[in-house]
Amino acid sequence: MALSRLSSRSTTLLQPLATTSLLRRRHISTDTTPITVETSLPFTSHLISPPSRAVETSSQELLSFFRDMALMRRMEIAADSLYKAKLIRGFCHLYDGQEAVAIGMEAAITKRDAIITSYRDHCTFLGRGGGLFEAFSELMGRTTGCSKGKGGSMHFYKKDASFYGGHGIVGAQAPLGCGLAFAQKYSKEEAVTFTLYGDGAANQGQLFEALNIAALWDLPAVLVCENNHYGMGTAEWRSAKSPAYFKRGDYVPGLKVDGMDALAVKQACKFAKEHALKNGPIILEMDTYRYHGHSMSDPGSTYRTRDEISGVRQVRDPIDRVRKLIIAHDIATEKELKDMEKEVRKEVDAAVAQAKESPIPEPSELFSNIYVKGFGAESFGADRKELRATLP
Amino acid sequence: MAARIHGGAATALSTFNPKKLVAPSRTNLPAAARSSKRCIVAGGGSDASKKSLSVRHSQKLIANAAVATKAETSATTGTGHELLLFEALQEGLEEEMDRDPHVCVMGEDVGHYGGSYKVTKGLADKFGDLRVLDTPICENAFTGMGIGAAMTGLRPVIEGMNMGFLLLAFNQISNNCGMLHYTSGGQFTIPVVIRGPGGVGRQLGAEHSQRLESYFQSIPGIQMVACSTPYNAKGLMKAAIRSENPVILFEHVLLYNLKEKIPDEEYICNLEEAEMVRPGEHITILTYSRMRYHVMQAAKTLVNKGYDPEVIDIRSLKPFDLYTIGNSVKKTHRVLIVEECMRTGGIGASLTAAINENFHDYLDAPVMCLSSQDVPTPYAGTLEEWTVVQPAQIVTAVEQLCQ
Repeated sequence: MALSRLSSRSTTLLQPLATTSLLRRRHISTDTTPITVETSLPFTSHLISPPSRAVETSSQELLSFFRDMALMRRMEIAADSLYKAKLIRGFCHLYDGQEAVAIGMEAAITKRDAIITSYRDHCTFLGRGGGLFEAFSELMGRTTGCSKGKGGSMHFYKKDASFYGGHGIVGAQAPLGCGLAFAQKYSKEEAVTFTLYGDGAANQGQLFEALNIAALWDLPAVLVCENNHYGMGTAEWRSAKSPAYFKRGDYVPGLKVDGMDALAVKQACKFAKEHALKNGPIILEMDTYRYHGHSMSDPGSTYRTRDEISGVRQVRDPIDRVRKLIIAHDIATEKELKDMEKEVRKEVDAAVAQAKESPIPEPSELFSNIYVKGFGAESFGADRKELRATLP
Repeated sequence: MAARIHGGAATALSTFNPKKLVAPSRTNLPAAARSSKRCIVAGGGSDASKKSLSVRHSQKLIANAAVATKAETSATTGTGHELLLFEALQEGLEEEMDRDPHVCVMGEDVGHYGGSYKVTKGLADKFGDLRVLDTPICENAFTGMGIGAAMTGLRPVIEGMNMGFLLLAFNQISNNCGMLHYTSGGQFTIPVVIRGPGGVGRQLGAEHSQRLESYFQSIPGIQMVACSTPYNAKGLMKAAIRSENPVILFEHVLLYNLKEKIPDEEYICNLEEAEMVRPGEHITILTYSRMRYHVMQAAKTLVNKGYDPEVIDIRSLKPFDLYTIGNSVKKTHRVLIVEECMRTGGIGASLTAAINENFHDYLDAPVMCLSSQDVPTPYAGTLEEWTVVQPAQIVTAVEQLCQ
């Protein structure tokens, strides 16, 4: 059958080419012929007609989904062990289980579209093009980190890829996201802003303020609620009178998406981007799940059963879903995928090792980047020698 | 000595007659100071000539003085135009909006209504609704929105209708505005200006008479300035907009109708610099915003009694201009701080600590700080008067310190 033919072909090619993944995909890596896949569930919508369940993708895309999600998963697991080894301190919020949201979103948008999210930002950073080395360095507080070691787990940013972070206070990124959308409208860029928040933040007043503003001025904002059903230890039914977060916008249309299906996420984000550019804000509720607790300080099992976690892992895991799709469409074999995962693991381990060797910030870095010098007087406290103001 | 001249000449105000001040102080000073002093203390007479003199002085002393670029034209002609403080703010804002299309304004009733204190009057007609944005009443959200827009390169001027309302946006101002430049490792700059009137007004009640500078002063990454005259209001507004750092510009509800003649040519005030209002020998009085006028009123009485106070409007609340302040302390050896903040945790408290730390050896007496009482501002007029520092108290304090 097809699979065995592929595997026999692959064994001969695999031996001398153990390292490069590009060759592993052989001729398939250039295959962009569209494959149509149906999403796991139909979309539920509010005040708008939902997009079709049929998503167009390609083998290249599916393989990249698999690889990138495997990379994200591996990174989070490595972060887990680093935290337990006390190399990462403070708060560390892991995203494993929710990778499909980051990946699907990236597939639908460009780097000119802005993304802003909360503190569970490691994978979103990676999706935006951030490097593993920068991520691990930042987590371990080294100067080579994306924020020079001064931000930490909750403050990953990547300006050139329009990734605006990385925010510690729940819900504070919602008004910021509206500001990003406002700037996009002001500068007439044909781009949108994806503002991600969680089911916990969905009860914040500032979210409704931001929603009102965005709807009032037709800002190109897509508000994405990553509903992993738990606001730290409180389940959504215990904190929200109406857990239908996609309907919470009232006058703003909403769409509920299976957040464990990367293709559904991609379809929804594409749809949302088109909508936001023409008609203003839209809410996407991503029904997703996190395997770890809220953060590394939370075991994650006091408010939910281990059966629930393993149940979701067996039935809805995003990486397994893409794996099954890849195998079903004969894009690669199970073994090849496993090899890809091993390779990803090596990549992550290499990045961790490199990051561990990176230097810690100099003491002078304590005072850098507080103010931007340049315009106006230069005053150095009591020892200031001269004073000048210049009109640039 | 020369350092005191630049950065904005002492302003002539309708309530203040400086002629009385010049006479007694001259006797104690060396010749050089005497001549320089004459030009700083802009008399009630021809303001224009005095101002031009100080401008020319500034030019000689520093090559890149703020007014140097176009000073030749009107310095010699000595013209200026008279306006009220809120019009000066509007002028500064309009000039900056003309100059840079990234500057925009957002706040409640700033657009069609023209601003609750008329600072943005006419701007919406000129620049359109997107650049002068009327927001709904959601301080947290529109402050956050301004900060988010600033992350991409826009330069919003966020107006709080009353400074007290910005308490609702404290999270945005503290975490996102002040700290983002640092936590992103320098990737994002937040060039916002957050401005609004604060301070104790005329029986506005406790919630509308707050002095937020004391709450915001600990936020790392922001700069705070307080304007007190039309001249420095326009200058500080322009400098704040051009600064790459987030600046909080504190205006005062009672100072909006002050009238003054300001130069026609473009000028900017330094954000980090204090203003020498009245040079003196006996005691340094540090103040800012509305209390500057109470101090100058008390100065009249003090001069009559034979004292020679040096009055400095600190203007920059964060960071403090310890250079100007230090020079003054080294000269007079006595400091009185007069502020409108509350006694506990106010700007005066921080300034006292800073002066003690840096200039302890130069002090002949402990630093005295006159602040408002630690009470919510009452509605009743007499009680409200007792809450803030009055000129009589300042006179008593100076007499006490100068014994």
